[in-house]
Amino acid sequence: MKLPIFLDNHSTTPVDPRVLDAMLPYFTEKFGNAASRNHAFGWAAEEAVETARKQIAKLIKADPKEIVFTSGATESDNLALKGVIEMYKEKGRHIVTSSTEHRAVLDTAKSLEAKGLADVTILPVDKYGMVKPDDVRSAITDKTVLISIMLANNEIGTINPVKEIGKIAKERGVLFHCDATQGVGKIPVDVQAMGIDLMSFSAHKVYGPKGIGALYVRKKNPRVRIAAQMDGGGHERGMRSGTLAVPLIVGFGKACEICEQEMPAEAARLAKMRDRLQADIMAALEESYLNGHPTDRLPGNLNISFAYVEGESLLMGMKDIALSSGSACTSATLEPSYVLRALGVGTELAHSSIRFGVGRFNSDEEIDYTIKKVIEIVTKLREMSPLYEMAKEGVDLKNVQWAAH
Amino acid sequence: MAYSDKVVDHFNNPRNMGSFKKDEEGVGTGMVGAPECGDVMKLQIKVQNDTIVDAKFKTFGCGSAIASSSLATEWLKGKTLEEAQKIKNTDIVQELNLPPVKIHCSVLAEDAIKAALADYQKKADPK
Repeated sequence: MKLPIFLDNHSTTPVDPRVLDAMLPYFTEKFGNAASRNHAFGWAAEEAVETARKQIAKLIKADPKEIVFTSGATESDNLALKGVIEMYKEKGRHIVTSSTEHRAVLDTAKSLEAKGLADVTILPVDKYGMVKPDDVRSAITDKTVLISIMLANNEIGTINPVKEIGKIAKERGVLFHCDATQGVGKIPVDVQAMGIDLMSFSAHKVYGPKGIGALYVRKKNPRVRIAAQMDGGGHERGMRSGTLAVPLIVGFGKACEICEQEMPAEAARLAKMRDRLQADIMAALEESYLNGHPTDRLPGNLNISFAYVEGESLLMGMKDIALSSGSACTSATLEPSYVLRALGVGTELAHSSIRFGVGRFNSDEEIDYTIKKVIEIVTKLREMSPLYEMAKEGVDLKNVQWAAH
Repeated sequence: MAYSDKVVDHFNNPRNMGSFKKDEEGVGTGMVGAPECGDVMKLQIKVQNDTIVDAKFKTFGCGSAIASSSLATEWLKGKTLEEAQKIKNTDIVQELNLPPVKIHCSVLAEDAIKAALADYQKKADPK
């Protein structure tokens, strides 16, 4: 086993060697511009892009023509929200979204609102981080043009009832955008069955390269139109100008093809590793709390709060394991995770949270090592924690008058 | 963010981690911070003849908070009460090479020292 261990597969994933092999020729021999229509270099590039488009479309049950390449999911989210609001401004300007969305959606919506271009309703989530379809239904007005609800959350892995939301969107004639960055390639996605009109996702979360993503834009029933947010050569059916990043697109396609073929086996394997991680850690450590939905959750996701210890110190104590925390100390804002806060997790437990992200290249041996290390460091830091000491003495921490700072 | 070697050393080998009994004679206890803010420090001193003969800490917080309080106990030992009053958060920042985002950890440590000294004074001289 090699250290450090990468157990932060929600943040990014390594490029699968099979993906890299597929990409390499497109940097050197096959370097053409896919928009060059009159020579062999251009044709080879165009053919490779179209193959990738098919591979990607197949994974999400879309038509290849419905795939618009972008630089990543953040751009896709921006393009979806800004593009729809601009295009449908005659119809309305109301967006319905939720409190646990990625900031690429939330901040885009807020920015549209700040500029006076949109009105935004941000729906709460339940204690598992799930959006209630009924809330979506009652938030829709005659001015609503877009619902933007994520498929699976990046921190807690909770999977939203997207199919129900898609149905409501259809009934009310509102477009439905879904940020599926964490879900695509991990769980089955079917844009038809789920009633999704626009969907953001990216390659680097599915063992493809960084810097490439896609926005699915429905072509019929209804035909969705978006206003381009970048002017230029009119690539991607006029929705996203810019020379296509052929090697990255080839990699994205190959990565999706692998996910499509291996998903059932891979999901089962990751869930098994994750379940063991969860069961062994939580059995050994009292007052450890699962964040997110116990079952409707991404297979590789595990988010636990360890009462009385702070997240960043936990990470520091496990330097040879790459993980992430909802603690304020790990963020630039000094605020603990807004996602956990939206679930109603107390600030102190949000500070104490650790996110584990099990991925394709993790081994059982790494899981064993992680279980051992987590138990060790939580125990050590609890010994060091005045809060743990007080709790053991029977002090109710909620009744303590803290000297705030 | 990379931690300085000194922060890592204090984190891995905390000095004087533990507790005295609060009601023990000569013990002053300072508890500062709040769980919602992500850091709570408990700093204790044991005083004989106006000199701090021993110090202990327990901290809930990030690595820099733990290191700041560990360092504080190290510095407190052997100091007179008057000398202890003069420990400044900036001294801690400098010694541990704390980045700007972690300065509040040193402030908390200074507050904990002041609170422990005040608690000792109050117990020694109840008016």
